Amino acid sequence: MESFDFPFFIEVLVGGLLSGIMYSLVAIGFVLIYKTSGVLNFAQGALLLFAALTFVSLLERGVPFWITFAVTLAIMAVIGILIERTVLRPLVNKPPITLFVATLGLAYVLEGGAQLLWGTQVHGLDLGIDDVPYVVGGVFISTFDLFAAAVAASIVLLLTIVFRYTRIGLAFRAVADDQFAALAIGLKLPVIWAAVWIAAGFVALVAGLLWGARLGVQFSLSLVVLKALPVLVLGGFDSILGAIVGGLLIGASEKLAEVYLGPFFGGGIESWFAYVFALAILLIRPSGLFGQRLVERT
Amino acid sequence: MTTASIPLPRPVSAIGRVPTWLLPLAVIVFAYAGIPLFASDYLYDAILAPFLALSLAAVGLNILTGYAGQVSLGSAAFMAVGAYAAYNFNLRVEGLPLLASIVFAGLIASAVGVVFGLPSLRLKGFYLAVSTLAAQFFVQWTLTKFSWFSNYNPSGVIDAPALGYVFEGPHGRYLFSLSVVVALTVFAARLVKTQTGRNFIAVRDNETAAKISGVPVLHTKLLAFAISSFIIGVAGVLWAFAYLRTVEPHGFNLDRSFQILFIIIIGGLATIRGAFLGAALIVVLPLVLSRAGTFLFGSYFDSGVLDMSQRILVGALIIVFLIAEPDGLAALGNRIARRLRLRSPTN
Amino acid sequence: MKHYGAKTLLKGAVLSAVAAGSFATAAIADEQFFPLQSYRVGPYAAGGTGFFGGTIDYFNLINTRDGGVNGVKLTWEEGETQYEVERGVEVYERLKGRPNIAAWNPLSVGIAYAMIDRITQDRVPLITVNHGRTDSTDGRVFPYVFPLLLNPYSETSGIINYIASKEGGEEKLKGKKIVVLYHGSPYGKETIPIYELLKEKFGYEVQQIEVPHPGNEQQAQWLAIRRYKPDYVVLRGWGVMNPVAIKTAQKTGFPVDRIIGNVWSNSEEDVIPAGDAAIGYTAITTQASGADYPVLQEIVKTVYDGGKGNLEDKKRIGSVYHNLGIVNGILNVEAVRIAQKRFGNRTLTGDEVRWGFEHLQLDPKRVEELGAKGLFHSINVTWDNHEGDGLVTFQQWDGKKWNVVSDWIAPDWKLLRPIIEKSAEAYAKEKGIKIRTSEDADKVTELQGTASSAKN
Repeated sequence: MESFDFPFFIEVLVGGLLSGIMYSLVAIGFVLIYKTSGVLNFAQGALLLFAALTFVSLLERGVPFWITFAVTLAIMAVIGILIERTVLRPLVNKPPITLFVATLGLAYVLEGGAQLLWGTQVHGLDLGIDDVPYVVGGVFISTFDLFAAAVAASIVLLLTIVFRYTRIGLAFRAVADDQFAALAIGLKLPVIWAAVWIAAGFVALVAGLLWGARLGVQFSLSLVVLKALPVLVLGGFDSILGAIVGGLLIGASEKLAEVYLGPFFGGGIESWFAYVFALAILLIRPSGLFGQRLVERT
Repeated sequence: MTTASIPLPRPVSAIGRVPTWLLPLAVIVFAYAGIPLFASDYLYDAILAPFLALSLAAVGLNILTGYAGQVSLGSAAFMAVGAYAAYNFNLRVEGLPLLASIVFAGLIASAVGVVFGLPSLRLKGFYLAVSTLAAQFFVQWTLTKFSWFSNYNPSGVIDAPALGYVFEGPHGRYLFSLSVVVALTVFAARLVKTQTGRNFIAVRDNETAAKISGVPVLHTKLLAFAISSFIIGVAGVLWAFAYLRTVEPHGFNLDRSFQILFIIIIGGLATIRGAFLGAALIVVLPLVLSRAGTFLFGSYFDSGVLDMSQRILVGALIIVFLIAEPDGLAALGNRIARRLRLRSPTN
Repeated sequence: MKHYGAKTLLKGAVLSAVAAGSFATAAIADEQFFPLQSYRVGPYAAGGTGFFGGTIDYFNLINTRDGGVNGVKLTWEEGETQYEVERGVEVYERLKGRPNIAAWNPLSVGIAYAMIDRITQDRVPLITVNHGRTDSTDGRVFPYVFPLLLNPYSETSGIINYIASKEGGEEKLKGKKIVVLYHGSPYGKETIPIYELLKEKFGYEVQQIEVPHPGNEQQAQWLAIRRYKPDYVVLRGWGVMNPVAIKTAQKTGFPVDRIIGNVWSNSEEDVIPAGDAAIGYTAITTQASGADYPVLQEIVKTVYDGGKGNLEDKKRIGSVYHNLGIVNGILNVEAVRIAQKRFGNRTLTGDEVRWGFEHLQLDPKRVEELGAKGLFHSINVTWDNHEGDGLVTFQQWDGKKWNVVSDWIAPDWKLLRPIIEKSAEAYAKEKGIKIRTSEDADKVTELQGTASSAKN
């Protein structure tokens, strides 16, 4: 190897951080659900696919962008409410693993439904952002990734505002802190759950559009959850801040590892590196960087 | 995972006074002597072969998840380790009997299981579950990356060796799988009744209490990983050698791990027969649905639409089932048995 | 639920398949059955619907226009595999007992592998057009397996020959830098040694970089490419990896017209999701795309206008996978026709069809008669060469459609043959297979193939 190429290092680092933001976007959807109902919602990927596929199919039928966005959001809200009614409510107080498996079943239903409704065709999605690289001091930065990062930042901001300053946000935090106490003071859990699923649907839509613009809208979109899981483990399942920081850490370390360590293993280590990295951190902090300490009850 | 609400398989059988070992024995006798009377090639090669392999994998996972309370999403990885290890022992050690290759393969899977089980000493719940995904991806990567494992076959897909002796043809392969499954299931069923099995349950139900009452928690967890991975590894050998008859890393992907998890949840955690009931449902249900769909609606819709509807239906049935019978098919069986007993005039 | 209307189009096709299924046991004479392990669901559904749609469309054309192959009706039944090996095996076990099976066409390497032993015992041919196990090209060892038109090694050689022609001659390859970006799977890795082998011959530099499955993140790989500054990037991709590669190339400033896709990176599905970033992208193919060829015009006229078309979206007529399916249909039908010349115009056994495939020689004149001039070049299968010297061409994406940008190019079969033979012989040794001679190849079992499977 020749001498250390510093601008290249910066480029890999920045690229990694920006990729990490894309992982965070998916992870946030998980966090919302986990925080309030203790469910690791594996159907988040399917929700993302469903949202993106609905969006792009409407758009291709000539519906204007913002109307499409509103309609898709409404559909996601209905789905969220339906999920709360038909899956979550009947399974309340069941062991987490039962709920987890139920979300796997839900993922089947959503994936099948999305493709039955809209077909299995691969769609392109153009959000109107030209992805020509931006050159800063010899370092290439992607315009699209910068845009995605801005969107992620606004979502976090939006969620923060909602949680801080609205009644439903307050109720949400109460539930996240202590379900039973919240119930005892008369908060309606089903309403909050439905609200959270709608919020998760919204995040799924936004993440679905950004990922869809990158990958094309197709079945593989649901696989992006595999990128979000190590982020969750690292940041903690119940922390939005953790999802962001975790995403940045995973993105950067994964890219640096692939570029600098990959050659020693013959490359392609990204598929597992993020998990091993998250695991290594976990061994020091068993509930992730920002997760709540787990009570001795698993 | 709170699985404490699940009743352990109590020594109850359908008819009050019959000893508990009789029903399993009857099933085994039927499997050896009854099924061959009517089984077709299709039943052997397309239904019973995957059913037996997945049942065994589920027995293995149930030891880890159902009894010892450690959730794993990496079962398929241990199946892959078993399959590849058996292939390589068989290939590289001259004159080693196939059965020995399989035992060694189980041991290798067991060792790998212990390594990936180490995080369980610190992690719990979903943190552990997600970290077992590291095994899933790492193993698949390793097996694809290093051609040595597939004997430098250019396509990376390898042919499983023939089973040999009398185990040729659909019936022979069935007998082979069946014998392996029976042996390991009997072992598992005995194991959970021993002190080790009680330690597993103690760790699952309350780790702190277990520690106080002198259960070596760390040792018990790793032992659960070791035994579970051994059984799952052997299941992987059956999957590759007796069912598909090829070995390729892609077949042991995350979906397979989820499938095995489905089986134990639907069959019933912490029951041995739940693994078989669950596997029967997961293997047979999609086939029945797809045949019924083709038969009923085949003339109206193409196979894609049918298959998508079937996917929706399987997903929905899983949810409905979890709501209606969260303790699994085994518990359902117990309830039916109890009700029958109440009704039977002898009581 | 827009499907309902469109689906009635399919009614005829599916009905005939179901009818074949239910009544075939009555052993109606003069039928030839094709079990189709299709995939219309799951991550690779787009490829599956196009390919199997094309093959079925061609079968329908033959049945409707000609009344079958010399009076022998073609029948088929689909079984959904979702591209998963165990589902493919289940479909095989379900359909293998049907009478009059001509050939299997799974379009999946994994499923094909699992079937090699089984169909060899059944004595029914297994067609893996454009893909499959490279050493099954050697008919001496694999009597029933046919990687028609193009195996992965020939593909590699074809791509390098194309780069040479673009650069103005083989000697210009010297010192050129090539990156091969491959999918992290056995499929992706298969050609690594061939790029190295050709490097020795031509003196280019090569770096082969893996993209982990599924390939939805390639930032690191493309940054490494940017640093290496290659002259060309060969994309040996699969599924979602392809559009992401093209987009990431744009993002990192690598010119798209210097990326060359392999045979599984050459469809509309691979470029459409990449949008404008894919304009100028080039890929190898064995069959041109577009619907201008006489055979496609007849399919549109006879099959689609008759309401029997298999593609739900008519815009996909003439797409890459659809045309591959049609070429696959042509090759299957012609193999049956050639075998009929020797054995008579009747239902053939699997082994007789195998003989037909081993004499599947379609010169450009015959291809023109079939209405496929320009769609594909020619094929010349013999008893020991099961690939059949398919020529390749290159197509460039203009944002709307693919345009052919090269002549028909021949891979360097002579160079590759010894490696293939060596690998096949090793397989024969491992499995205790007796190497066939041309006399063996000429002996044909007249028994129905499935009869022998009883002792399987």
